[in-house]
Amino acid sequence: MIVYKGVSKTYSNITAVHDLNMEIQKGEFFGLLGPNGAGKTTIIRMTMALTPPTSGSIEIGGQKIRRDSTDIKQKFGIVPQYSNLENDLTAYENLEFHGRLYGLPKQLRRRRIDELLEFADLTSRKKDIARTFSGGMQRKLMIAKTLMHDPEIMLLDEPTVGLDATTRRKIWDFLRQLRENGLTIFMTTHYLEEAQALCERVGLIDEGNLIMLDTPEKIIQSAGQFVLDCYQNGKTTQKFFEDRESAIAAAEQTEGSFKVREANLEDAFIKLTNKDLGVRNEI
Amino acid sequence: MRFSSIIWKEWLVLKNKFISTTLGAIVGPLLFLVAFGWGLGNAVEIDGGSYIDFVIPGIIAMLTMTTSFNVVANDINISRVYSKTFEAVMIAPIKTAVFVLARVTASALRGLYGAALILVIALLFGANLHIDWYFVLVLILNCFVFSTAGIIAGIIVDSHADMAKITSFVITPMSFLSGTFFPLDRFPDFLRVIFELLPLTQAIIGLREGVSAAGSWIVPVALFGYLIVMLPISVILCRRAE
Repeated sequence: MIVYKGVSKTYSNITAVHDLNMEIQKGEFFGLLGPNGAGKTTIIRMTMALTPPTSGSIEIGGQKIRRDSTDIKQKFGIVPQYSNLENDLTAYENLEFHGRLYGLPKQLRRRRIDELLEFADLTSRKKDIARTFSGGMQRKLMIAKTLMHDPEIMLLDEPTVGLDATTRRKIWDFLRQLRENGLTIFMTTHYLEEAQALCERVGLIDEGNLIMLDTPEKIIQSAGQFVLDCYQNGKTTQKFFEDRESAIAAAEQTEGSFKVREANLEDAFIKLTNKDLGVRNEI
Repeated sequence: MRFSSIIWKEWLVLKNKFISTTLGAIVGPLLFLVAFGWGLGNAVEIDGGSYIDFVIPGIIAMLTMTTSFNVVANDINISRVYSKTFEAVMIAPIKTAVFVLARVTASALRGLYGAALILVIALLFGANLHIDWYFVLVLILNCFVFSTAGIIAGIIVDSHADMAKITSFVITPMSFLSGTFFPLDRFPDFLRVIFELLPLTQAIIGLREGVSAAGSWIVPVALFGYLIVMLPISVILCRRAE
């Protein structure tokens, strides 16, 4: 559905994205995972023609997207990392504006607004100015706004960044519901547990390079199913094993404190990139 | 539909802040008319006429310029750099040219609303204005020219602090060098020729001298010329804006 062919983006001397080749299938929940500054937002911005690739091409349904590709844009809904709500308008007016912008007829517009306010649990706040909403409510209103025109593909750039754990879980449920309704979802995140909990396939990106692309389970398997965390001399190191017995056997040879546990996506990311979200680890 | 949706949104913003916007639009003209109308109006004569009659067309042109320019320039700049609502429109299925035209129109309408308020105040101050189709045409063109300039400024300037520099280096000097407060013939010839080329100068000449003046057709043609040059530039810049 979305095909990236040798896509690169360079700003001055900095390569934000390097030779990206990947394909997002229709109807899947795809996650792009990487630390801050990995190039995730640049990929989203290039997908929506907000910034042009330096080289390569992005095709959506076989067509290249441009700033004036109105027919392709009609299929997309995008939730950026930061609020893009009209802060001086009410929740209702924000949805109404979006509906008008996407050419929805009046009756459909009104019906969709009522449905989506209900879906986002914001009906009681519909006459309140968006500026007065909490971060979680703003994010839900942004997602509701994006759904106004019934898009086929939804792009979410770090949809839960800056939100507390409870609100994040609510947003997850909200996204799962959308997935059940058949929407194709392309999400970027630097929360590894978020990608593991929601995505059917995950692309790991670091310093503009796509390192691996597979299901979360296979990515974890590629690193090793079990992890031995060893804490010694003020430093935690990790070792990966195919089975628990091997991990325990290695632990018995270890000095200092240790813990054997099942590996997760974060462990795989650390092993594959040799970095945590800003914290270097010895492996 | 897309065009009207942008206008509708701008109307909503104005409606939600109607009182503060209206009061804000009145303060400037009131101060100018108090200072130059009551303060200097009766004490100074220009070309045998009262100063208040001379200065009011200039003040109308100048304030409609600043309103039309500032509304869209600040809004586009803030929506690009800070609130990111500019992106929300850029990812919507709307042609960039339609977006630009709609924003220019909305901002020009705000300028014309400001102009209506100024005219009411000016008439209360006893200004002797001859408002005809030519006066309205020049006013409309002035608003459209500076709305378009506002789009360009909002796109090319990358921070709100730098927007203030555009005002300091372009808008404010134009306010004083376009014959708003005194006739341009007080300047040396080479400067007068340069200043006569400014769009605000043309608008002021049009509003002040009216349709019956010799060569009155030059003013709308010049303003329209500015408009048709700047509109494609603003569309191209908008299309390239990141």
